[in-house]
Amino acid sequence: MLWLGVAYLGALAALLVTSLWTQNDFTGNIERSWNLDNFRDLFTIGVYRTITLRTIGIAALVTVVDAVLAFPIALFMAKVASPRWQRLLVIAVLMPLWASYLVKAYAWRGMLSSDGLLQSVLSPFGLGTPGYGLPATTMTLAYLWLPYMILPIYAGLERLPDSLFEASADLGAGSWTTLRRVVLPMVFPAFVAGSIFTFSLTMGDYIAVKIVGGTSQLLGNVVYDNQGAANNLPFAAAVATVPIVVMLAYLAAVRRTGALEQL
Amino acid sequence: MRLPGGLRLSLWVITVVVLVVIYVPLLLVLLNSFNTNRTFAWPPPGFTTHWWSLAWHSDGARSALWTSTRVAVAATAMALVLGTLAAMALRRTRFFGRNVVSLLIILPIALPGIVTGLAFQNGFRTILGIDLSLWTIVIAHTTFCIVTVFNNVQARFQRLGGNLEQASMDLGAGPFTTFRLITLPMLRSALLAGGLLSFGLSFDEIVVTQFTASSTDRTLPIWIFENLFRPNQAPIVNCVAAALVLFSAVPIYLAQRLSGSAAEAITGAR
Amino acid sequence: MRKASRGLTAVASAVLLLGVAACGTDSGSDGKSSGAPGGQGFTPPDIPMQKSIGPMEGQVNILAWPGYAEDGSNDATVDWVTPFETATGCQANVKYFATSDEAVQLMKSGEYDVVSASGDATLRLIAGGDVAPVNTDLLKNYGGIESFLKNQPFNSVDGQMYGVPHGWGANLLMYNTEKVNPAPTSWAAVFDDASQYAGKVTAYDSPIYIADAALYLMNTQPDLGIKDPYALDKDQLAAAVDLLKKQKDNISEYWSDYLKEVQAFENGDSLVGTTWQVIASLAESDGAPVKAFLPSEGSTGWSDTWMISSKAKNPNCGYAWMDYITSPQAQAAVAEYFGEAPANTGACELTTDPTFCDTYHAKDAAFAKQIHYWTTPIEQCLDGRTDVKCTDYGDWTTAWTEIKG
Repeated sequence: MLWLGVAYLGALAALLVTSLWTQNDFTGNIERSWNLDNFRDLFTIGVYRTITLRTIGIAALVTVVDAVLAFPIALFMAKVASPRWQRLLVIAVLMPLWASYLVKAYAWRGMLSSDGLLQSVLSPFGLGTPGYGLPATTMTLAYLWLPYMILPIYAGLERLPDSLFEASADLGAGSWTTLRRVVLPMVFPAFVAGSIFTFSLTMGDYIAVKIVGGTSQLLGNVVYDNQGAANNLPFAAAVATVPIVVMLAYLAAVRRTGALEQL
Repeated sequence: MRLPGGLRLSLWVITVVVLVVIYVPLLLVLLNSFNTNRTFAWPPPGFTTHWWSLAWHSDGARSALWTSTRVAVAATAMALVLGTLAAMALRRTRFFGRNVVSLLIILPIALPGIVTGLAFQNGFRTILGIDLSLWTIVIAHTTFCIVTVFNNVQARFQRLGGNLEQASMDLGAGPFTTFRLITLPMLRSALLAGGLLSFGLSFDEIVVTQFTASSTDRTLPIWIFENLFRPNQAPIVNCVAAALVLFSAVPIYLAQRLSGSAAEAITGAR
Repeated sequence: MRKASRGLTAVASAVLLLGVAACGTDSGSDGKSSGAPGGQGFTPPDIPMQKSIGPMEGQVNILAWPGYAEDGSNDATVDWVTPFETATGCQANVKYFATSDEAVQLMKSGEYDVVSASGDATLRLIAGGDVAPVNTDLLKNYGGIESFLKNQPFNSVDGQMYGVPHGWGANLLMYNTEKVNPAPTSWAAVFDDASQYAGKVTAYDSPIYIADAALYLMNTQPDLGIKDPYALDKDQLAAAVDLLKKQKDNISEYWSDYLKEVQAFENGDSLVGTTWQVIASLAESDGAPVKAFLPSEGSTGWSDTWMISSKAKNPNCGYAWMDYITSPQAQAAVAEYFGEAPANTGACELTTDPTFCDTYHAKDAAFAKQIHYWTTPIEQCLDGRTDVKCTDYGDWTTAWTEIKG
């Protein structure tokens, strides 16, 4: 256990150390001269700020979309469905996780193409497919991470005693008020737990963006392009510190809500 | 049962809609596996079972499937052992670094995969100087598989407390006997659930695997990645994916049967 | 006790590892650029050249451009790898890459024996010590290679060959014959006139594409003084970047995976853009109405060289592959499938289309000179200017990220 933790941390530490070095652009070999050039470039060149903000924004949007979609189905599974249906629904929600991430992303690429499924379904209404780009990326990512959001919320809701609803109704609250003022605050930690997944998975994603993102790029792409394509590992490492910092901050903020126990 | 009728109806409707949204892309995958056009034109110009017969005979798919299974089994086994140990260790004591260790355990799954993958690749190749191989993949997978096992086991411990074990020790059983006869059976369903989720995570992992696999190791996601780019192989990928989804119903169902409450089985949270 | 010390030990070990990491993180040998630099501005590291070919190792790991090492898995009728495997007993494991940058990075891992490197990867690989000089005496087919491809600045240093030429070709302009009217004749279709097909233009996803913009500016804005699209000083690079930023507004997606471009043209998501002949052929064979051609102002292109890794685990099979792929039969098969000029013009008698070599100007050295082959931009201006410093590939990569936004 210890050696594994140390191995993981050590690897992370090494990566961060690499970010402080520079790289010989021509040969692609790393020169071990300590400097903060990479970080300076990262902060001063405007496009990296833009990409970082864009990535955080999309991650937040995906989280919200998933939360909105997940809550009703989780509530249904936890409180309305009979035990037999509960089992079936859990299976139904989990099965897509076994279809490869890549296959699902390519399926969305097909659906979003200009003569794909979305186009043929929406054209009678005068609308069209949004095509490839940021909206497509948001939809695809929200789709991919939805099960990760449904499960914690479902678990959280299951724990709520049924009598809570009765009590709230007895006190005169309508169903909407009950949901808003009783249920939601109590399952908030579960939302947050799910959001850790959706947020971090989106922050680092570079594959789905390449498939449905058209010309857009996210932070994950910059890391990937630099470590591989441009072979600029130090710079890639510097860029990689951004999601690390964001996630650590998020985790720290989130610890207080007790969500970490609900992962 | 206790919710008002209007709410129940709207929930039912939304659930159906969400399920439809979840399954339409998967149905499209299934449909495309019969599509005569190699680049999945829509609407499909024709249907054929040609791709399915090719998939059945595809050596690449088979060996990739086998590799993925081996990696996932190894990672799950290690995760089960290490996760249980960690949960047991953190169970009773409150020490200075306890929260930190908890955070650290979660870190591999909370940090983006590309960061983890990059860190491991750097660590293995440049620092330790060892070649990438199946074992490097397994090690990397284990780090995030531990989380699921750890959470499930920890939750089970919290629910059941330590009384049974104390009683067993009072009756004279040594720690190993207690573990074997009392603790382990207590944990059985939690381990099963954690192991299942861990298997699934490892099986479908692509990002970290890309960075920690050698050029000849092909897990299923890597095989899929490579073959989605080849005109005559891409439809075969669809067949494999569709088959996997259908198959996956079996272990999920089994896990539920063997572990009581559905939610607790899968998420282990409580 | 035991548990408490766990936390502390973890932290301590992490700190220790940090120290080790600091000392240990080094990506292998640094190209010792001491002494007088060679003509290309660097001294290649001293790597021994293989003296003779020993017994075959039983397998070879090939890193290739898509379409260069077809083994029948794509199309059962297109296979020149299996005859190689049967003849030599070397099992070929082929990995494709999408851009030269990927090729350089993958070669650095030391996992591949041979690579088909374009001119923008070759010098980087040589300087980085990732490839070994090639002993051309060991290759029977070397004599058949066209002489204008030998001892070029991109595949040799001080008269020592670092690879064997594979073939060369130009990047073409592809368009949808049904939706794009009138038929385009110049690269203006993707630059100044791109707004006509807004949202349906496609371009290659690599910083090297900046050279295409520079080439366009060479013709349309001669006062910028661009003589070589790979030798751009700061102002010239800025002009190219501006052109590409304007182009981005009309781009549907940047492609690096060749199959995505095939798909995009078949679906109608892309109507016009830069391409390789093999992509056009694949799309046409699927029934898409596309045509690819070389525009009037010329084009960038690539001249590819098979190189052998300095860390090759299977060098003998590697040499066997290099010899095989430059044999007339294999060259004929590859060149016709991919749509490029073969390096070994002995292939010209073996192509199914007897006019193939003429169409691709395989023996025409003068024509070959007109294509602006992919080359790595370096600080020393490649067009010979000494009064300014040119931008290097690192600058181009940063610029490319900026362009994509």
